[in-house]
Amino acid sequence: MSVILNSGEISRALRRISHEILEKNHGPENLLLLGIPTRGAYLSRRIAGAISEIEKINLESGTLDITMYRDDLRLKAPRTLLPTNIPGGSIDGRDVVLIDDVFFSGRTIRAALDALNELGRPKSVQLAVLIDRGHRELPIRADFVGKNIPTAKEESVRVHLSEIDSVDEVLIEGSSQ
Amino acid sequence: MKHLLSIADLSKDEAIEVLDTAAELARLSEGTGKKFPTLRGRTVVNLFFEDSTRTRISFEAAAKRLSADVINFAAKGSSVSKGESLKDTALTLQAMGADAVVIRHGASGAAHQLAKQEWMKGVVINAGDGTHEHPTQALLDAFTIRRHLKENQGDLSGIKVGIIGDILHSRVARSNILLLKKLGAEVVLIAPPTLIPVGVAKWEVGVSYSLDDQIKSLDVVMALRVQKERMNDLYFPTEREYARGYGLTSERMKQMKTKSIVMHPGPMNRGLEISAESADSQRSVIVEQVANGVSVRMAVLYLTLGGATFKELASSGESL
Repeated sequence: MSVILNSGEISRALRRISHEILEKNHGPENLLLLGIPTRGAYLSRRIAGAISEIEKINLESGTLDITMYRDDLRLKAPRTLLPTNIPGGSIDGRDVVLIDDVFFSGRTIRAALDALNELGRPKSVQLAVLIDRGHRELPIRADFVGKNIPTAKEESVRVHLSEIDSVDEVLIEGSSQ
Repeated sequence: MKHLLSIADLSKDEAIEVLDTAAELARLSEGTGKKFPTLRGRTVVNLFFEDSTRTRISFEAAAKRLSADVINFAAKGSSVSKGESLKDTALTLQAMGADAVVIRHGASGAAHQLAKQEWMKGVVINAGDGTHEHPTQALLDAFTIRRHLKENQGDLSGIKVGIIGDILHSRVARSNILLLKKLGAEVVLIAPPTLIPVGVAKWEVGVSYSLDDQIKSLDVVMALRVQKERMNDLYFPTEREYARGYGLTSERMKQMKTKSIVMHPGPMNRGLEISAESADSQRSVIVEQVANGVSVRMAVLYLTLGGATFKELASSGESL
């Protein structure tokens, strides 16, 4: 098990992503940040905080639970639903940025796109992730990436955030060495 | 959850999970009537041996909002009773590929029978069996109480619930007593002595013969239907006398605490256990109970059928 991002590196990556989101969308006016629970929701809140600081505004962050739209529901016991919360009530016509911790097969994001489709018609949907570890199984890519980490498929990447795990760090474990 | 046969089988945590899931589903589908793809390809059979409007429609709506296929089976008028013929029905449903059976039956224990015998592989959900239990009604009542008095969170500690009327014949009362106590609420049964079951002492609830004594202290006033169809004896002298002693009238409602609510599982006998003004008053959450019923039943269907079922997990060897 080794640490691949420490607390300082995580916060710098999030700050850079915040600037990139602002740059690509020409400002925060039409932005809607939606974190995918659990850890994506905390990342989304931090990015919203950083954007608010940079732009001197108050940008709220929301959450989008994708449990009901997963394609692997039948493979496991039913999961507990997590909150969905859309600041401003509607996604119609907004630039939605989905935020998740680890980007892997792409299936979570596919489910999130289905969930968004039920909620309305956004102007655009973008994706920000803290870690992209590769091994995509679907034609989906991220717009904003904290760090690309080449991994073996059997390894696992764990993101710990101080809000629930008491420290900020990204670990990789289960490698053959 | 494998089946939902009785509130007695649920742990407190499982019960709260049902309520939390229902709350989330209610919030997600609020006003939009939107559907989830979650149960696509699953078949839910509504097997109703007894009359029902709201429970059957509610289960049907819940299953459809989760994109399940629904088959309604009404056995009204047939000579179906327990035992062999229930078995044949179950075998038929199994052959048709039912993933879940929602059963209402006049015989107490019918749902258990269906689940415990190896007649069919699917999930069994009890929608009322004789005078035994009606677990989804209790869950939707708890959900409604929690929504109004506990801000939709946690358990029901500190809430005092009065259940009034025909306790003897009521499966709703039985399930409610079990669940409310499990969730930490205080329960008092209020009825004439003839409508209180023998052995009530074992339930560890308060019992009172006077509604007027209790009404000032209740947070929830839950009136039960007087079940005339199950009454073969004379339990009270006249309907007017019953209404005078135990009916929820506007005079009695004036005695209630400011934030307390009025509930009734329906169908109501207006003028008997509840007056028309009480049923339609601001405090009444009776119509909301019906709406909440759909969310709670969606939660139950999701939690029993949404993931891999127990049998599928057992065959794939994956742990829970």
